[in-house]
Amino acid sequence: MIKALSYFWELIKGSLITARHFVVNMVFHTLKLFGFKTRRRGAVTIQYPEQKKTLASRHRSLHRLLKRQDLKPRCVSCMLCVTVCPAECIYVEAQEVPDPDIQKIPSAFVIDLSRCCFCGFCVEACPEDAIRMDTGKIDLAEVSRQALIYDLDKLLK
Amino acid sequence: MDIVIILIKVVLALVWFLVLTLYLTWLERKESAVIQDRVGANRASVFGIRIIGLFQPFADAIKMIFKEDFVPAFSRKFLHTLAPFLSFFFVAICISAMPFGDDIRIGSRTISLQIFDANVGLLFVLAMLSLGIYGIILSGWASNNRYSLLGGIRGAAQLISYEVALGLSLVGLIMVYPSLKLSEIVQSQGGLLFGVLPRWGVFLQPLGLVIFLFAALAETKRVPFDLPEGESEIIGFFTEYSGLKWGLFMMTDFMEIIIVSTLLTTLFFGGWQVPWLGTDGFHFLWGGQWLMTRWLVIVLQVLAFNIKVFLFCWFQILIRWTYPRLRYDQVMDIGWKLLIPLSLVNIVGTGLLLTVFK
Repeated sequence: MIKALSYFWELIKGSLITARHFVVNMVFHTLKLFGFKTRRRGAVTIQYPEQKKTLASRHRSLHRLLKRQDLKPRCVSCMLCVTVCPAECIYVEAQEVPDPDIQKIPSAFVIDLSRCCFCGFCVEACPEDAIRMDTGKIDLAEVSRQALIYDLDKLLK
Repeated sequence: MDIVIILIKVVLALVWFLVLTLYLTWLERKESAVIQDRVGANRASVFGIRIIGLFQPFADAIKMIFKEDFVPAFSRKFLHTLAPFLSFFFVAICISAMPFGDDIRIGSRTISLQIFDANVGLLFVLAMLSLGIYGIILSGWASNNRYSLLGGIRGAAQLISYEVALGLSLVGLIMVYPSLKLSEIVQSQGGLLFGVLPRWGVFLQPLGLVIFLFAALAETKRVPFDLPEGESEIIGFFTEYSGLKWGLFMMTDFMEIIIVSTLLTTLFFGGWQVPWLGTDGFHFLWGGQWLMTRWLVIVLQVLAFNIKVFLFCWFQILIRWTYPRLRYDQVMDIGWKLLIPLSLVNIVGTGLLLTVFK
């Protein structure tokens, strides 16, 4: 019983901590409601679809394929990205071009985003800097699986 | 005419009760959010107007009404349906005994702001609160699910361990204000103690208040004492319920908060009494007076009752978001080894003081 009573003060201390959080945050919420700008905010929440955090410069988001000056894809179908991809979600079909410096371009370049794990290995592996993951598009949810399969046209956009 | 007045009182009290219940769900979410540096539910909107999520309770209600009312094939169907209604009914009926304010006199007629002013009002409330456990035991039993049954049994075991202390903690209070009639208890809290303090239960029965608070928190079956539910281990007595029947259990929880708050207010914090407010206005300690009309006084008193109830609702939600759950044996320990001896000490001490000072 004595032991139980000694917990009593600790119980009060605990509720004082939550009460302090409540009062302090309520003060900042109220200040905001009346239009006062404070450096500290009542909540740390970011209201996502309306407010967005700026992405870090080294983030990885939706892929894009880069173009040459003649608007053809810079990719030379070397298959390095296909080889390195751990999720095996890239499919490339090559096609010959007469230019001896290029030799091949992809006739099909498909990324299945429903399998992609956004590891960025394809970007690392690419010798031509033809694929990048810097579009900043991170909300990729779709209602059908088919919509998640990105082909050459979609990736070049 | 009397019947019409009673009907109006019943409707008003139920509307007050249910609206407060609905908005307690909102308060629970918002308060927990503010405590944890979050924002809380604020997306429910009507025509794009959000007003800090005040439509959320209605969105929840609409969602629950349109959910499938699923009754498992292995359950006892009649009891399964009966259980949430029992649980809801026994809590909802408690509001009938609560005094909301002083008597109003219109012409020759006296209207008390209370539906049912029984001579045994306090016992009636305690009886109804403990009958509410039948809904929980029944739901555990009728679900025919082992974990639900475990939740029901836990509820019953918890009830036995706190109910005795809940009753005993109020004996001292009944000795001080010698009445079981809730309106009379509130009336007799109106005077002054030593000419300074209001004659509230909190000053006359501080130990009784602490014991009552512990036992009443166990009564609400919320987090420090949420053994029947036990989210993290057995999910609880309402595992097999869905839709509005589950909603009734959830509403019962919140209604119990309100009932406990009204009880705390009525018994220990002067009910509708405002400190130093007489029937004709404020009488301050230094002899000053601030006279008011009778109607203004009554409005102030009803307002005071509501503010007190609201503060205690806030306080209980604060407690729910502060403490972790007690273990099964710890609740028994607190009930039998701490609260009951303390309440007996309280009764003896109150008796001694009463004989010495009379």
